[in-house]
Amino acid sequence: MCLSIPAKIVSIDGTMAEVSAGGAVFKAGLHMIENAEVGDYILLHAGFAIQKISEKEAAETIKLFEEINNSLNE
Amino acid sequence: MNDFISLNQGSGGKLTHELITNLFVKKFGMSEPLTDSAILKESGYTLSFTTDSYVVNPIFFPGADIGKLAICGTVNDLAVSGAVPRFIAASFIIEEGFPVSDLIKVTESMAEEALKAGVKVVTGDTKVVEKGKCDKLFITTSGIGILKYGLEHISTASTIKPGDKLIINGSLGNHALAVLGARNKLSFSTPVYSDCASLNHLIQRVLESCTEVRFMRDLTRGGLATVLNELSGITGYGISVDEDSVPVDDPVKGFCETLGFDPLFLANEGKILIVVGGGQENMALEIMRSDSYGTNSAVIGEIVPDDKHLVILKTSVGGKRILDMPSGQQLPRIC
Amino acid sequence: MKYIDEYRNKALVMSLINNITKSVSRNYTFMEVCGGHTAAIHRFGIPALLPAGVKLISGPGCPVCVTGTAFIDKAIAYSRMEEVIITTFGDMIRVPGSLSSLEKEKASGADIRIVLSGPEALGIAEKNPEKKVVFLGIGFETTAPGTAVTIKLAQRSDIYNFFLLSAHKVMPPAMQAIIKEGVNLDGFICPGHVATITGSDIFNFIPEKFKLACVISGFEPSDILQSILMLILQVNMNAPKVEIQYNRAVTKHGNILAQNHLYQVFETCDEQWRGLGVIQGSGLKLRKEYERFNIEKIMPVNVNLNSEDVLCICSDILRGFKTPDDCTLFAKKCVPENPAGACMVSTEGACNSWYKYRINE
Repeated sequence: MCLSIPAKIVSIDGTMAEVSAGGAVFKAGLHMIENAEVGDYILLHAGFAIQKISEKEAAETIKLFEEINNSLNE
Repeated sequence: MNDFISLNQGSGGKLTHELITNLFVKKFGMSEPLTDSAILKESGYTLSFTTDSYVVNPIFFPGADIGKLAICGTVNDLAVSGAVPRFIAASFIIEEGFPVSDLIKVTESMAEEALKAGVKVVTGDTKVVEKGKCDKLFITTSGIGILKYGLEHISTASTIKPGDKLIINGSLGNHALAVLGARNKLSFSTPVYSDCASLNHLIQRVLESCTEVRFMRDLTRGGLATVLNELSGITGYGISVDEDSVPVDDPVKGFCETLGFDPLFLANEGKILIVVGGGQENMALEIMRSDSYGTNSAVIGEIVPDDKHLVILKTSVGGKRILDMPSGQQLPRIC
Repeated sequence: MKYIDEYRNKALVMSLINNITKSVSRNYTFMEVCGGHTAAIHRFGIPALLPAGVKLISGPGCPVCVTGTAFIDKAIAYSRMEEVIITTFGDMIRVPGSLSSLEKEKASGADIRIVLSGPEALGIAEKNPEKKVVFLGIGFETTAPGTAVTIKLAQRSDIYNFFLLSAHKVMPPAMQAIIKEGVNLDGFICPGHVATITGSDIFNFIPEKFKLACVISGFEPSDILQSILMLILQVNMNAPKVEIQYNRAVTKHGNILAQNHLYQVFETCDEQWRGLGVIQGSGLKLRKEYERFNIEKIMPVNVNLNSEDVLCICSDILRGFKTPDDCTLFAKKCVPENPAGACMVSTEGACNSWYKYRINE
């Protein structure tokens, strides 16, 4: 369940934000997010941001993927 | 059949097909397979003849309006049969209270598009109904085109063979998104415009140079997936599609990912499928890409032998899945 | 698109498949309990890529599929009232009730509107003060906090004509029920977006009590494949635990703000699941202080008990005992345009995914 997509915060007005998924802009409630900033990526679900995406962890995952890729090529 | 008509029966997918086949085709004794235009032979010449109704809501949306749609849709239905579109009949059902200024805008749109397409609106009808009896404005356009000898197979796909290549003239879903966006006041960081366009000139240029065009159809309601399934149904062959080669613009992709829609099911008003054989796909591609309505043309797949005549999508990660016709309207979902 | 495209890289997917193939030393059966995973697995054609010996089965993770007929019948009953506007996510529109569906009722003239969020439904209530606007609350822990926030917004703005018909549920009790049913499993692909809210700790009981492997997975093909690899390694080393693959969104403790909203407005209750019967503590109902939003308290309706097609085996499919191919109705009488059971209605239901994405090899 839970269709939720990474979207970038493009503007904030109080508890509401406008977020962009590839250029399609949706409204998202920020009631579940602390210290949201323009430029942050969040998970958008049913009109709310349910979590901030950790850039650091995402980069770690990609790095791990690259290691897997490289270990196969050895 | 159910007691009441549902919106799904108008969405272009399986349920629409069933309604048409089980009611209209049966009662009117129409011959199958159904094609975008009916090919009519009288002694000495062959005509393509088609009709379509336009009920889009809202009337005006980014990139076009109901009037432009009414001309392009009918011109394209004629053009994909290989015919040169010539004459249009336009009927209007207007709701009482509809602003005259809007009617003027719509009519001017139609006139402008007819000029571009090289067709003439030669007859029509006008009715006004009481407030509430129709949704602002409905337009029906019927069109006639002249079909040169030797092109009838393009409507019926009778010469299609395994190995023939599938080409589309650009990115999918823009029209559906422009209309949905206008209807639901969605926003985009860069505006999404309907791709509504008359494609008869592009098509004629392809036909002038390519002798091995096997089939053409426009990708309207129900999207690419519907047309591919129709094609596999009438030919009895399978179709292999390469997901990576199907162009989809980012805002359409983002919209689809967020709401759970499939861009291959979305409606277009300026996109066609052309099936080309005899190794002529690169020639066709070059001609299409040099046209302003085909700059992003791409080969997206090919006809394959398959007893079950399935449409198989090779996914972007190397997997495979069946691409079926949409059953009804696509609905936004959260799960 | 960022955070999507890089996880759909073909070369990466192939290398993960190769790693999985190298790691396989026996047969494995893993269950995904999230409709989003079922849909992603089939959308990207993953089953065709996995080596023999790695079997994936679908569990009760589609909130639509596990929602009983009675809920739909209640929604339909409310929709037939002149003063009611039903607001719902699109997912519920085609789910069959015992005699009708919201879609059919809409075609007959009922005021049923598809919304993309709770606040959108609230907006409809504000614009139609003379009507009662009933919002159908579906979804698990991912979606329920949004409903909780919406209820609080309604409270704060003194909106008296907004109501909730809740079918919200929570995941862990259902997973426990599945395990106790005796489904033959080596581990779970755990729901990534549920865990985004709840944190990973709620799944600890699965390896601790039942010695089954658990990996909390994202939804892109490389996420799912990496999770399968991690599950295989846990099984090979006989070291079942809860691991987080989806660490760009999931932490041990989850989203505390969201949990606070959720449990300020809702409390758990016993709930009926299609195919699984009543599961203790698996549902979410409004707390006493928010009861005025519960439409069933204001205007109760009587509905008959479930009457599903006897040949429909959704309950067996939901519990992972059977696959859609085992059902005599599948792809014949039961198709997406005319679904017999919820597994076919929801685009993330096992049967719908199979039907759309199946490959006959």
